[in-house]
Amino acid sequence: MADITLTIDNQPVTVPAGTTILKAAEQLGRQVPTICYHDHCTANGLCRICVVEVDGVRPLLPACLSRVSEGMKVTTSSARAERSRRTILEMLDSAVDLSEAPEIQKLLDENHADRARFPAAERREHTVLDDNPMYIRDYDKCILCWRCVQVCADDAQYTHAINFTGRGFDTSIGTFFDKSMPDTTCVFCGQCVGVCPTGALKPKREALLEQGVSLDEILQATRGGQKRRRKPS
Amino acid sequence: MISADRTVPTTCPYCGVGCGLQLHIKDEYIYKVTSSFDSVVNHGNLCVKGRFGYDFIYNKDRVTTPLIRKTKQAPGARSQAFDRSEWREASWDEALDYVAERQCEIYRRDGDGAMAVYCCAKATNEDNYLLQKLYRALFRSNNIDHCTRLCHAGSVVALQMALGSSAMSNTAAEVIHSDLFIVTGSNTAETHPIIALQMKAAVEKHGAKLIVIDPRRVEMVNYATLWLPEKPGTDVPLYSAMAHVIIKEKLYNQDFIDSRTEGFTDFAKSMEKFTPEYAEAISGVDKNLIIQAARMYAGAKNAAIYWALGIPEHSHGTDNAMSLIHLALLTGHIGRRGTGLNPLRGQNNVQGASDSGAMPWHYPGYQRVDDEVAAGKFEQAWRIEPGGLNRNLGLTTTEIMGAVGPGGVRSLHIMGENPMMSEPNLNHTRHMMEQLEFIVAQDLFINESGAFADVFLPAASWAEKEGTFTNTDRRVQRVRKAIEPRGQARADWQIVCDLAERIEKKLDRKPTAFWAYENPSEVLEEMGRVVPEYAGVKYPRIEKAGIQTPVLDDDHPGTPFLFADSFPRGRGKFHPLEYIPSVEMPDEEYPFILTTGRLLEHWHGGTLTRHSKLDELNPEARIEINPADAVRLKLEDEQAVRVSSRRGTIVLRAWVTQRTTPGVVFIPMHFAEAAANLLTIDALDPLAKIPEYKACAVRIVPAGKAELARPDAKVGRGRY
Amino acid sequence: MTDDELIPLRAILAELAPQRRAALLPALHTAQRLFGWITEALASEISRALSVPLADVYGVIEFYEMFHHEPVGRTILRVCGAPVCALAGADGVAQALCRQLKIEPGTVSADGAFTVEHAPCLGLCDHAPAVLVGESAVGSAEATQAAAICAANAGNPLSHVGGDIRILTSNCGRGRPTSLAEYQARGGYAGLKKALTMTPDAVLAEVKAAGLVGRGGAAFPTGIKWEGAAAATGQPKYIVCNADESEPGTFKDRILMEEDPHRVIEGMIVAAYAVGASQGYIYVRGEYPSAFQIISDAVADARQAGIVGPNIFASGLNFDIEMRLGAGAYICGEETALLESIEGKRGLPRIKPPFPTTHGLFGKPTIINNVETFCNVPLILERGAAEYRKIGTERSPGPKLFCVSGQIQKPGLYEVPFGVTLRHLLFDLAGGLNAGRKLQAVLMGGAAGAFATEKDLDVILSFEALRAADLPLGSGAVMVFDDSADLRDVLKRLAHFFADESCGKCYPCQLGARRQSEILDRTAGAGPLAGDRERLSDIGLTMIDASLCGLGQTAPTAILSAMKLWPEMFDGK
Repeated sequence: MADITLTIDNQPVTVPAGTTILKAAEQLGRQVPTICYHDHCTANGLCRICVVEVDGVRPLLPACLSRVSEGMKVTTSSARAERSRRTILEMLDSAVDLSEAPEIQKLLDENHADRARFPAAERREHTVLDDNPMYIRDYDKCILCWRCVQVCADDAQYTHAINFTGRGFDTSIGTFFDKSMPDTTCVFCGQCVGVCPTGALKPKREALLEQGVSLDEILQATRGGQKRRRKPS
Repeated sequence: MISADRTVPTTCPYCGVGCGLQLHIKDEYIYKVTSSFDSVVNHGNLCVKGRFGYDFIYNKDRVTTPLIRKTKQAPGARSQAFDRSEWREASWDEALDYVAERQCEIYRRDGDGAMAVYCCAKATNEDNYLLQKLYRALFRSNNIDHCTRLCHAGSVVALQMALGSSAMSNTAAEVIHSDLFIVTGSNTAETHPIIALQMKAAVEKHGAKLIVIDPRRVEMVNYATLWLPEKPGTDVPLYSAMAHVIIKEKLYNQDFIDSRTEGFTDFAKSMEKFTPEYAEAISGVDKNLIIQAARMYAGAKNAAIYWALGIPEHSHGTDNAMSLIHLALLTGHIGRRGTGLNPLRGQNNVQGASDSGAMPWHYPGYQRVDDEVAAGKFEQAWRIEPGGLNRNLGLTTTEIMGAVGPGGVRSLHIMGENPMMSEPNLNHTRHMMEQLEFIVAQDLFINESGAFADVFLPAASWAEKEGTFTNTDRRVQRVRKAIEPRGQARADWQIVCDLAERIEKKLDRKPTAFWAYENPSEVLEEMGRVVPEYAGVKYPRIEKAGIQTPVLDDDHPGTPFLFADSFPRGRGKFHPLEYIPSVEMPDEEYPFILTTGRLLEHWHGGTLTRHSKLDELNPEARIEINPADAVRLKLEDEQAVRVSSRRGTIVLRAWVTQRTTPGVVFIPMHFAEAAANLLTIDALDPLAKIPEYKACAVRIVPAGKAELARPDAKVGRGRY
Repeated sequence: MTDDELIPLRAILAELAPQRRAALLPALHTAQRLFGWITEALASEISRALSVPLADVYGVIEFYEMFHHEPVGRTILRVCGAPVCALAGADGVAQALCRQLKIEPGTVSADGAFTVEHAPCLGLCDHAPAVLVGESAVGSAEATQAAAICAANAGNPLSHVGGDIRILTSNCGRGRPTSLAEYQARGGYAGLKKALTMTPDAVLAEVKAAGLVGRGGAAFPTGIKWEGAAAATGQPKYIVCNADESEPGTFKDRILMEEDPHRVIEGMIVAAYAVGASQGYIYVRGEYPSAFQIISDAVADARQAGIVGPNIFASGLNFDIEMRLGAGAYICGEETALLESIEGKRGLPRIKPPFPTTHGLFGKPTIINNVETFCNVPLILERGAAEYRKIGTERSPGPKLFCVSGQIQKPGLYEVPFGVTLRHLLFDLAGGLNAGRKLQAVLMGGAAGAFATEKDLDVILSFEALRAADLPLGSGAVMVFDDSADLRDVLKRLAHFFADESCGKCYPCQLGARRQSEILDRTAGAGPLAGDRERLSDIGLTMIDASLCGLGQTAPTAILSAMKLWPEMFDGK
């Protein structure tokens, strides 16, 4: 494909047509911050942390999705983009338990976000779902990055065990009629656990270890000795 | 929140896909497994076994000290000892000396024919190379085999006969470059889950068409354009009818046939009788589906065939595989990206164990033991006197069992395998195991076979040792030691070397074949010196990503797909075929055809997975019965049934499901409580010696719930 | 649920099955119509029949307000909660209904007959306060008449239709649908017939020359949109009518559909001819059951008459129309969310580009226009672009419908040429304020609009003049608030509306709409906290700048405009 030349923060860069602003910036060694983006999942431009300002375009554009065009002038850290990033991070922190999301914590710091910006704000709270032997689901920590739903569907597994429930602020990830995971089409591949960026989905053994359950007890909890043998007839 | 002390990259120990794993370790405990999204084979995706099924390492039943049976076992009076009280703990010195002593005693008395070993497709290339070297160099025995015999032997023999090479011709991930692919005799979504993801993506995202040919309505049927529900054991007429259509309608690739094959004329003649009508009568598949499948395959630009054990595990398994190979030779769908003949290998290292010479007829690298040049080469490499190596073909897995007894096999060494679950006709296997004079087992758990042993040697798990696995698409990948072995467990290669040195000393074999390795990398280098395909495979080259054999030298880039310009035997050879029915056909007394296989959550004999949380997800054997048959038998879903063949009987739960077709029932092979192989028939393919696991006759009658091993197990999950 | 009970559902599912997932909304509506609510067994049945994963079926049920997977009353009483109805006493009506039925909102009466729900704007703003009783609309509901409301089963109340001109609304204002015969007798389908004598390119050129811009709110030039779809290479092409009129304060499309259904159908067929489309969809919001019925009947009549279907007017043009009923989601008025909804998915807006003209319904080239936009099309063809342009201003040609509601003498639908003043609309046409009241504010363009005040009354109603005055035209909603109105409560309701209706896809809107509504709760209640003005400003500007779709980008505009006009309202202590 033809090459496109653009400038990012006044630095010229030439990339193949079809490249996203995010990847073009990476080529210059500039890291546009992202939250929901994952190289191996379909990008949906959800978190809008990667928004950048493009000359001549009114709204900010998500760098993860927007393709470069010839002569494009991109500013990755305009005042508007920084306000958006900071405000989004502050709102996210006001709603979600980000304690196990070190990358987002880093973004909060880097963007000078005030962790107490929104007093008396409703948080998304759920009970921890511990309904299967392999992983737990702690949706207090869910930032709705969609990765788990996508890898359960067309991004990897084609299992479709989970989807969204509710909508808006009250969107959550759930199963058919809130069934426990073993009663869904789940194959326990854990693709979802593998892409979760915030510890909302976690291997059960890791969760037990965190809760201070002793190694011995975890080992005891692993199955054994239940195998029935009978003399073949 | 836990942060790992370290993460160790390694390769999954379960199936032949060979997914990359990252083991996360805190305080020397593996608390999590992830996969790097850069992993070439699986792009960060794993299945339930790879991601969660490693906990067997920590199971309290794992043996971590060498054990010796308290009661001396004698042929004919040998018993199984599952309970630890029947064993006493021993030091490694004592245990290994005892093994060497007993084995040397038998060898001195009865000679090489008395010695046999089961190598292990779960163990590393290095483990296997050394164990076969021990038996060949020290006991001068070729009675060396492993479970490849029980899985793809038919495919291997057919591919060798037709092409001269037996591995998967292409890379699994190339399926996205196929515009059509056939999946047959494979429940890919459960047995090669990550390859299945690539297949699903090929259909859903890359516009490929899929034809599934299988007696069961496996999950991949959901993605298929055509499903041909054949009766078990009817592959030859079905695929030959496709060949018949391709020939009759002149859909074949004349250029390819002319330039790359031989034997077409005789072959074409032998195909004349395989009309679609004839195939329909035998296979039960609508002739129009057969014609359509033939046209689609022949008409595709790039078409590939993937198969697993539904093809070779028959008394005519070699013919079955040959009938598939013919389709590729007719159409030229081989030697290009997105085409090929792709036997999906079952075990993580079944390709590697075979490459490493864990086979009765071949030295490492498929060099025949009865070939004087090859034997001479290994004698030199292993510093053995000229003529010292045994030139006679050894016994295969099932033949070893059949040869047990005075004048036959007396001593059996089992590394990681479980013949007491995996052999057909287990009542017979049990009888033969009981007749052995000496058994040593090398494993993590006392499984059904290890329970028969005199000595049990605790092996390190895959996470506790260094080495390499070779996956289904010939990719040699690193296995790394992430944690210290539990207790006194030792890596198989170390156990083998330690034992070999003791045996060598007792037998006074000089000079030594060499056992003093510092590191498994030296073993692989030694293997590379005698196996041309591995000449360029060295540890430093595969630190980051594996490399696909053949790798002919240090600069060779590896081989993603084979046969671009020629076949190893020169021209691809057509073989005229005849239809031979399965040995046991259903009749009035035993009216159902039983076929067997795996489930997603379990692995083979269950030694690992049934000692894992995986067992909670799928705790119980169930027989799949079509609803139409259930009505005739007046069976309810989940009811207990007694299933009998001419060889044995088991009781298990019925699962009334469309997953199987009328007249065909399916039982998974993993559950000792209701071992499918008590029922299967030990009829062998005459060429490949592979047993007919996929077809035998059974009858089904209702049984009492109380007769179930676990009457109250939770069954019936959402995904089924 | 027994197999026998499932027979009627299965029969319909068998008909729907070839459409697979695209039939999911119709299937769910059918199940709900037959059984009251969607049980697990029904959802499973639908999943199997349409090959939609179970979790996805559930996700769709969960997304749409009007689908229930828990028991609900046989009749649902939906009480409008939008500002205009609230000012007219809707909350009191809801309380009275609950008292009458001895239930809480959202619960089921003891006899299983009723459930009371708060609804977003029902599009009955000219009849505030409004209640939708099952499929019947009740206007001017009174708290004292709770029992009568529960028993209502009449059609819609008659809307007042007026204005300086009556071109688009020539068949409206009579409180009944114009039949096909009547429509044709009054010159209907002449525009289509004329179009069929022209080449598709000429039709396109005519529409482009007329300068028609979209009437749904975004004001995109219709001709350019059509050109894009005509030039696109994919096949088949689709024509979609956006009848998901959900902008609070807007009811023009409802009246057009209920009283003159053939006009929009005619416009769609012309569009199909112009761009080479063979299939159309009309997506009507779930809260408009009678409009849905009327237009469905009209499509059936047209099909019967050979006007919809194969070989229209023997011209060789084949074009059929499929009906879709929404299920309670404002976001589905966003064009790409609407396409997702037709495809049987949660109504989440898509990323643009690509645009629907090239990658629309089922990924194919698609024209999606608002009802009023399509209604302009026959007019353009019939009169010719030049004649059409004589209506309105140079840069805003054509007639325009305004929905006037709130504290005004004659709420109703008014048709004017672009170019009249706001004062003319409110005082000359709609009768002015109630006696003794002073104008406090006018909310222009709906919930996603902005406030005008006394000083703006002489602004000219045209795209260009309003843009200069920093006021939106939006969907043509004009909500009037006199000095008795508590604007804090109005703002709170607007904020709640967006918090309820945000789809949740992008973070700025998902989080911002809720944070915004919490602050406005404070503002309307105990008073704002120190820093709330800055918070509101940051949230609002972030939503405008960074939201993924038009909903998020406009959700804070009314609030930001209020902050400019009445900053003191937001100063915290």
